[in-house]
Parts: sequence; C-alpha cells; structure tokens
Amino acid sequence: MWRFIGIRLLQAIPVIIAVVTVTFFLVRVAPGGPFDGEKAVMPEVKAALEAQYRLDQPMLQQYAAYMGDLARGDLGPSFKYPGRSVNELIAAGLPVTAELGLYALLVAVIIGGLAGVIASLKPNTAQDYIPMSAAMIGICMPSFLLGPILLLVFGIYLEWLPVSGWGDIPGDKILPAITLGSTYAAYIARLSRAGMLEVLNQDYIRTARAKGLPEWQIVVKHGLRGGMIPVVAFLGPAFAGVLAGSFVVETIFQIPGLGRFYVQAAFNRDYTMILGTTVFLSTLIVLFNLLSDILAAWMNPRLRAQFGKR
Amino acid sequence: MNDQAINMIAQAPPGSSLWRDAWHRLKRNRLALFGLAVLSFFILIALLTPWIAPYGYADQNLDLGASPPSAEHWLGTDVFGRDLLTQIMYGGRISLAVGFVATSVALLIGVTWGAIAGYVGGRVDAAMMRMVDILYALPFMIFIVLLMVVFGRNLILLFLAIGAVEWLTMARIMRSQVQTLRQQEFVEAAISIGLPASTIVRRHLIPNALGPIIVYTTLTIPSVMLLEAFLSFLGLGVQPPQTSWGLLISYGAETMEEYPWLLIFPGLALTLTLFSLNFLGDGLRDALDVRGAGD
Amino acid sequence: MLQVENLSVSFHTRMGSTQAVDNVSFGVESGKITAIIGESGSGKSVACYSLLGLVPCPPGRIDSGTALFEGTDLLALSEHELRAIRGRDIAMVFQDPMTCLNPYMTIGKQLMEPLMYHQGVSTAQARTRALELMQEVGIRDPESTFDNFPHQFSGGMRQRVMIAMALINQPKLLIADEPTTALDVTIQAQILQLLADLQTRHDIGIIFISHDLSVVADIADDIIVMEKGRVVESGNRDAIFETPSHPYTQKLLAAIPTGHKDSAASTADPLLRVNNLCTWFGEGDKTVKAVDDVSFNILHGEVLGLVGESGSGKSTIGRSLLRLVPATSGTITFDDIEVTQLSARPMKDLRRRMQIIFQDPFASLNPRMTVHDTLAEPLLLHGIVNRKNVSQAILKLMDDVGLARDVARKYPHEFSGGQRQRIAIGRALATRPEFVVADEPVSALDVTIQAQILQLMLELGKEYGLTMLFISHDLAVVREVADRILVLYQGKIVEEARSEALFTDAKDAYTQRLLQAIPGRSLLTGIS
Repeated sequence: MWRFIGIRLLQAIPVIIAVVTVTFFLVRVAPGGPFDGEKAVMPEVKAALEAQYRLDQPMLQQYAAYMGDLARGDLGPSFKYPGRSVNELIAAGLPVTAELGLYALLVAVIIGGLAGVIASLKPNTAQDYIPMSAAMIGICMPSFLLGPILLLVFGIYLEWLPVSGWGDIPGDKILPAITLGSTYAAYIARLSRAGMLEVLNQDYIRTARAKGLPEWQIVVKHGLRGGMIPVVAFLGPAFAGVLAGSFVVETIFQIPGLGRFYVQAAFNRDYTMILGTTVFLSTLIVLFNLLSDILAAWMNPRLRAQFGKR
Repeated sequence: MNDQAINMIAQAPPGSSLWRDAWHRLKRNRLALFGLAVLSFFILIALLTPWIAPYGYADQNLDLGASPPSAEHWLGTDVFGRDLLTQIMYGGRISLAVGFVATSVALLIGVTWGAIAGYVGGRVDAAMMRMVDILYALPFMIFIVLLMVVFGRNLILLFLAIGAVEWLTMARIMRSQVQTLRQQEFVEAAISIGLPASTIVRRHLIPNALGPIIVYTTLTIPSVMLLEAFLSFLGLGVQPPQTSWGLLISYGAETMEEYPWLLIFPGLALTLTLFSLNFLGDGLRDALDVRGAGD
Repeated sequence: MLQVENLSVSFHTRMGSTQAVDNVSFGVESGKITAIIGESGSGKSVACYSLLGLVPCPPGRIDSGTALFEGTDLLALSEHELRAIRGRDIAMVFQDPMTCLNPYMTIGKQLMEPLMYHQGVSTAQARTRALELMQEVGIRDPESTFDNFPHQFSGGMRQRVMIAMALINQPKLLIADEPTTALDVTIQAQILQLLADLQTRHDIGIIFISHDLSVVADIADDIIVMEKGRVVESGNRDAIFETPSHPYTQKLLAAIPTGHKDSAASTADPLLRVNNLCTWFGEGDKTVKAVDDVSFNILHGEVLGLVGESGSGKSTIGRSLLRLVPATSGTITFDDIEVTQLSARPMKDLRRRMQIIFQDPFASLNPRMTVHDTLAEPLLLHGIVNRKNVSQAILKLMDDVGLARDVARKYPHEFSGGQRQRIAIGRALATRPEFVVADEPVSALDVTIQAQILQLMLELGKEYGLTMLFISHDLAVVREVADRILVLYQGKIVEEARSEALFTDAKDAYTQRLLQAIPGRSLLTGIS
C-alpha cells in the first residue's frame, strides 16, 4: 500500500510542475501587460512597478525566480492590491471556500449516496424512479440556474432563508451548500445506484442469501463496500467540480471566498493573483484526486495486496 | 442454378440485426423518444431561426422596456425591450453549436487516439495512455477559465478548449473497446482468414465499438453545453453582441427579482435540452446494452 | 427427508413468459447423494433454488407445489421463516468459486458468518469451529490463511472454502449446484472425493446438480433426469446407467464420450513440423512461459489431440501455429514453408490453407454480420469463388455443416450455441483448408449437442481430407477423435503417445493423474 501511495505521489509531482509551468507562461504571453490598463501611469512609475514585480527580467529568469519562491511557499505580491501578497488573499478566502466545499460534498455524499442505494434495492419500481428522476433534475439543473431559483423562491418569495452572505445571519449557509452540492449529489446517486446494482447481481450476494442472512445485512455487509468504490473514486473529480462551482455560487450568494477572488482577479487581470490561485487550487485538486484514488484502491483488497509487497 | 441460389438467399427471411433490435427497444422507451423529439424540434428551430424568429436579433424597443409575456412577445421582453423568444432562439444556435462542435472535436481526437492506442498496443499504447492519465489529473475547469481570461473570449477557442477536455474520456472508452474487441475470438478468426488490418478495423472493430461511442457522445453534448453556459454565466464565455443560453441566464439572474421571466425561460430552454439529451443517452445505453459508459 | 410434489415455476418478463419448471416431483433421502441431471434450460437449478426462495420474484413465480422438508412445507414459509432454514438446515455450494466468495471480506469472516448469525456463538468459538472445518476440507495451514482474501486462493481451494462454509452449521441437506464444473479435471476429482467423504462422515443428504452424467457416475446414489422443465426419469444409479427407459436419458448416455478412434499407425509425412517452440508473454521477472520449448510433428491426414488443464499453454500452441500470437523462438514449418518468418503476402496465402475453430461460439462470430456475410468473407477474400457464385457456394457450405438454408440472412444472436458452432465450422472450412486447429470446439456446448458437433467434425474431416490439431481439456473427448495425443503440463509436453497406448500404458506421472481423474472413468470402454 505504501508503495502505491509513493508511486502516486511521485506521479503527482510532474503534474503539479506542469501545471505551474503552463500557467506561468500562459499568463506571461497574454496580450497586454498588467499595467497597460492604467492610463495615467507615468513611465517611471510603470518601470518601478515592473521592476518590483520582476517584469523587467528575461522570462526564463522570472520563471526560475517564481519557482524558487514557490518552493518556499511564496506566491508573490498581488498586482491589483499593492502591499498585499497572494498568500494573504488566499488565506483570507480559503477558510470560507473550504467550509462551503465541505458542506457541499457532505450534501452530495449523504443525499446522493442514500438516494442511490435506496434506488438500487428495488430497481424499476417507484423506489427507483423517484430518486433517480430527482437525480436527473439535479444533473440538468446547473448550479448557476438552481442558485438563483432557490434564492428567488426561498429567499425572496417565501423569505425563509437569507439571500446572501456567509456566517452573518443564521441559515445563510444552507442555500449555497445545497446549490453547490446538488449536481454532485445527483452524480453520486447515479454512480452509487449503478455500483450497487452491479454488486447486488454478483454471485457472492447469492451466497450471502443462501447463508440465510437478512436482507439489510446483505446490503450493508456484503454490498456497500464494493458498491461504493466508484463513488469514492469519484470524490476527486467531484472535489475539482465543487471548487470550480464555488466560482459561481460565491458570486451568486456574494460569499467572500476564494472563488469570488478568482473571478474578480480574472476580470481585473490581476496576473499574480490568477497565477497564484491557479497553482494553489490545482495542487489541491491533484492532491485530492490522489487521496480519493488511494482510498478507492485501499478498499479493494486485491489492489491493496498487489502493492503491499515491497 | 446461380440465380436460383441467389434467389434462395434473397428470399430467406431476414434476421434482426442488433441495430434493429436496439431501435425496437429504444422505441419502447418513452422518455428517450420524448428526448429525441424535443431535441429534433430544438435543432430544427435553431437551423431556421433567421427566417422564423418573430423579431430581428438586434431590434430594441426602449419605450417598452422589460415586459412580461404577452400576445406580441410570447416570452416577454428584456430591459432593452428586445423580444426574449428571439433572444432565446439565437442563443440556442450558439449553445447547440458549442455542444455539437466541441463534442465533434472531442469525438475525432478521442476516437482516433483511443483506437490507435488500443489497436497498436504495447509501448505505444502505454505512452499514449500515460499522457491521457497525466492530462486527466490536470484541473481543467480552472484551466479553461484561465485560457478564456488570457486569450479573450473567443468562440473558436471555446470549442477547442472544451473539446480538448472531453476527448480524454472518449479516448479511454475507445481504447478499452478496441482492446476488448481485439481479444474477441471473431477478430482472431478474421485475422486467421487473412483479412488485412484495415478491413478488420472497418468491418469487425468499428461496427462493434460504435454502440458505446454513440452513447457517450450523446452524454457528452449536455456536459459540454453545461460547461459553455457555466463560462458564459461567469462572463468568460460567449460575449455580446453574440448571446447564448448561459449568458441569458446570467442576465436573468441579475434582474430576477423584478423580471423573473428573464431567468425562467432561458433556464427552461437549457434544462429541457439537457433533459432531452440525457434521456436519449440513457435510452440509447439501455437499447444498445452498453455498460459503464458515461457514468 | 425432502419430498417435492408438483412444483411449477415460471418466469414472466416483458419479452414473454417461460415455464422453467413444469409440475416436477421428486424425493431426496437423507444420507444419500441425489443427482439432478439436465442440460442448460432444463430447470434443474431453478427447481432447487425455488425451494429456498432464491429465485428472484419477480420475474420468477412459483405457480404451484409443495416441498416437505422434515414435515415443513418450504414453499409455504414466509421469507423470515425460510431464512432460519437457509444456511442452517439446508446449505448450498455454487458453481463458480471465483465469483461466489465476497472479494472484499476475509474468508475467515465469511466462514464464521453463518455460524454467528444462526447460532449466536461468540467470535472465539466461531473461529475455533471454522478452523476445524478448514482443516477437515483440506485447506492447509488454516491459522495463517484465516485472514486471507479469496483472491489469494486457487479455484479448488476456494471451492473447499465454499464447502466448509456450507457445512459449518451442520446442515441436514446440502445442495451443490455444478460444484466442479468450473474446475480443472484433477481438482474436480479431488472435490468429488471430498464431497463423497463428507457425506458419509456427517451423514447428510446431498443434491448434486450437474449437466454431466459422467461426473456423477461414480458418486450418485439416485439420479433424477430433467428435460425442458420436466422430470423425465428417476431411479437409482445403476438403473439409470444400465436400463434407462426414457429416450432422453438414453440420448444423454449415448452422448457421453466413451469410445476410442480406430486408427492404424500412420506412415504419412509430416504436414507440420514444430521445433523448440517458445511463446512467452511479458518481460523481465514477470515473464510467463506459456509455451516452453515444445517440439512435435503433425502427419498428413491425422488428428493430433493436445490435452492439458487450464494454464498448460495448449491454446497458446494452437494460436502460435497460426501466428495469432507471435512465437518467441523456435520454428514452425508448414509444408516446407517456415511460418514464423513469413512476410505479409505469402502469409495471407498460407492462411487460406490453415484455419481455426474456437471454443466459444458466442464470441467467435461477429455479432453484426449475418451468416451469409460471415461465410462470404473468406470465400471472396481468397477468390475461391467470384461474386456471382458466392451465394451458391454459401448454400453448399451451409448444407455441409447442417444449417437450414433459410437462415442465411440471420444474425448470430438468433442461433443456439450448437448452431453457432456449425457456422464457425463453416467459416473455417470455407477456404478448403488442409489444416485446422480446433480449440476446445465442444466444451461450451451441452452434452447432446457436443456429440453432434464431434460427429460432424469427424465426418467433415474425412470429406475435406483435413489434418487437425484437436485441443481439449477432456481426455474422454480426445480419445474419441484423436489418432495421437500430446499431454501438456505447464507449457511443456510431458508425454506423447498413440491414443490407445496412452490410455492403457501411460508413462508419465502427470498423465496418470489426469487419467485417474477422468470423471466416470468406469464408463470408458476398453480400459481395465
């Protein structure tokens, strides 16, 4: 198992380096410098600014310097907010986004997993159709549509829940978490249904029945483990999706998280901020992918054994 | 005697091919048929929009402003007094185009890549799939956002960028298909007969690999359309004067308190299309008995 | 002990209804092995599964019947009551030990489960009992394998685990559904022996479900023969084997390969010479030597049998000869042409002269091509006939292999296994080859169909003047068709002999083991 983790970690490193490199050069070759937008900047001020941000050096040198900073965990200063570093901005936004993402994933796993398992127990009956139709709606109703609609219905018409903010008024975390989690709940519902159906049709489930075990024990003891492996493997991609989805949800509900910073940075052409956030989020996603891969492999004794030998 | 033999075979009762069986199964699936009907209807409208749209695309009526649905404007008007139905029709052209074109890009790259890797096998396969694995690990959503920020909001770039993401899964599916089929005894039989590789691929591999590819293609289109709408909603996708459903939803969300129809109708158009494609895809999966694709 | 009366089970789907079990009655006595014999679709498994409520309903439905087990009607019990009997009084062993154990759970846990559930004993007690049973069913070193997962066991060992699991509650009746079908012949013999031993020691009743009369020939006390959902005959073992009254039973018995081919020693020249053939897969320390330094000849006009268990490399040899897998080293000479080094064009010409028939008639036909297209492909490719005459040639071919002429435009999935194998044979013979590799051509077929296809192959072999390499795991089948036999073990030839000599006077220890393991050995003619 440790070897498996080691191999995967080693594989993740080039991916992260590739991400950083591609992002860095993409941002550098972008048409229009970061200070072109400011009309009234005097040449000497601009030169001073460029020197401060190392823009006067050759590109490879900039790259080397940036990688050096990165290795020390320094993402550099922000272009748009002079005096503030990207690290500070990320540190400010991260807790909010992390909390939102966590709730969204919880919503997705608990509601989605439950719906999928319930549906798989009686395929092609109402018990299957109802949760699966709900899942279909979840898939076809993207967060940027569901968010405003929930906001309109529960926030504005019914006035049950607050329409914006994060942690200011009780209950203001409910709508964003549901909005962000719903799509993934839907995917997980479909995945876990398919996974459970596959497992419940296996011969060893028949063996368990022949032993005389009650149905719930068969499902829980013999079914869940195999049936949930695809869901666990999906957690990585789901995490990436939730992070990207937070761009939208944080914009809709005006939540001061990383996602909103990112979108603002994109519009402001705050290059160091974009670069820093991309690097940060990408690393996070790669690591999370790794984690869900390892978890899924660990759940399969055959894979676990394969990598157990040193 | 020859004619007699030909006649005998021609008059033998025709068998039912797997395609025909699949079509019969699909016909029994009402949701899939509904999806197919709605989709065809939307595509037809999108094609005919310049001729059948009730108003001109740029026609404004500032005096009217935003008005709810009425006899003149079935779906109402936006803040500039533009007919919403017309906007949705033109927006649909872009949304559907992105869906189909980007999926075609993905299909072309993915199927070719996967087929070569699967058929050639060995080191070539390992190298090609290793590359797919690495690309898979990249956080593409963030990359596309970055790409759109850096290079401006360009429709062609959008096609390419989305296509570049979606081809990975296509390549994996195609490769596993080809690999499974290659080990099938009927392919070995074809080799033992002495058929050239090109004929084997054309006659024995492709027709049998088509099912999963069709299903996955049908399910890729909605996810591509979602991606476009997502980017447009953030203001990073389609730019005015062009419009798309995602952009219309974004405008609608800004003014939904006063003019909810501006959110609801474009949202409905997008959701309905996504429903149709997903129903059709699921129906095709059942009809063609494809397992594991798209989930 | 168990008396089943008028049992009927049917299946209802959107595609229509089928009567799987039709008014079946039979009895099982305690302390005896009762075999239920039938081909696929005979309803033998469904009949037994329905007793324990293991037939999924819907689509299944038990229409009528009673099943008295020690005075209780099993069919009248609720699911809850039935559960108390399942795994405690009546236990089951299934066909495929590869898929019947939960791959995510240690075998120790799986073994203890029925004991702890039904008798509520402590983990420690259950563990002791499980270890005892593992010992009894012949699992070496139970202590250290207790916490292993199923994938760490071989097929035979897994089946032993299954049997231990079934016996752990000391049931009164054991239902074994084709418990040896998925196993190699030598393993099959061991498991049959084990079941017979356990039966006497624990004095339990066993229902042994099988498609193969020869498997139960040595162990069954009573035999019930089923066909198309009905019981056509039942009686004790000797009565069934010696004085079968129903024509279907007679047909089943006749289908058991018992004879041997009459052949004189051939003096013909070799058509095919194989020298030091090696076919290896993988690289480095993961290399699998599937075929390891094998040399033999196949003479003009002879049928050479190639016998081995799974993993012996027998299929790989067949495929190597036709260059469907590349040989690692060695030479293959066909009619003075060196096959391994041949370039594309002469290879294509050579392919006309050597063909292959595969085991699985479901996988060996392109599902998207009609019979006509499948047969036309080789005919047109090699210019055997032109487009004008192709229909006629196809009809001739279909006549030869015994296919009705009006099925030419049908697709493979519309045929039964036996008919598909006829199509596959037709395709192989289309180019009028001189040499055919038959790779387990009848192992996937029902017994009676198996006999028909073997007969057909022998007749066509004579008519077309074929030289044949006949690959099989089944010595009794090979004995019927082959002039000479090669025995293969772990990629090497361990014995080569004329057919009758091998059976009477085997030299190699492994060959002797194989011969001992032939199910229903006593049925073979001409062997003491």
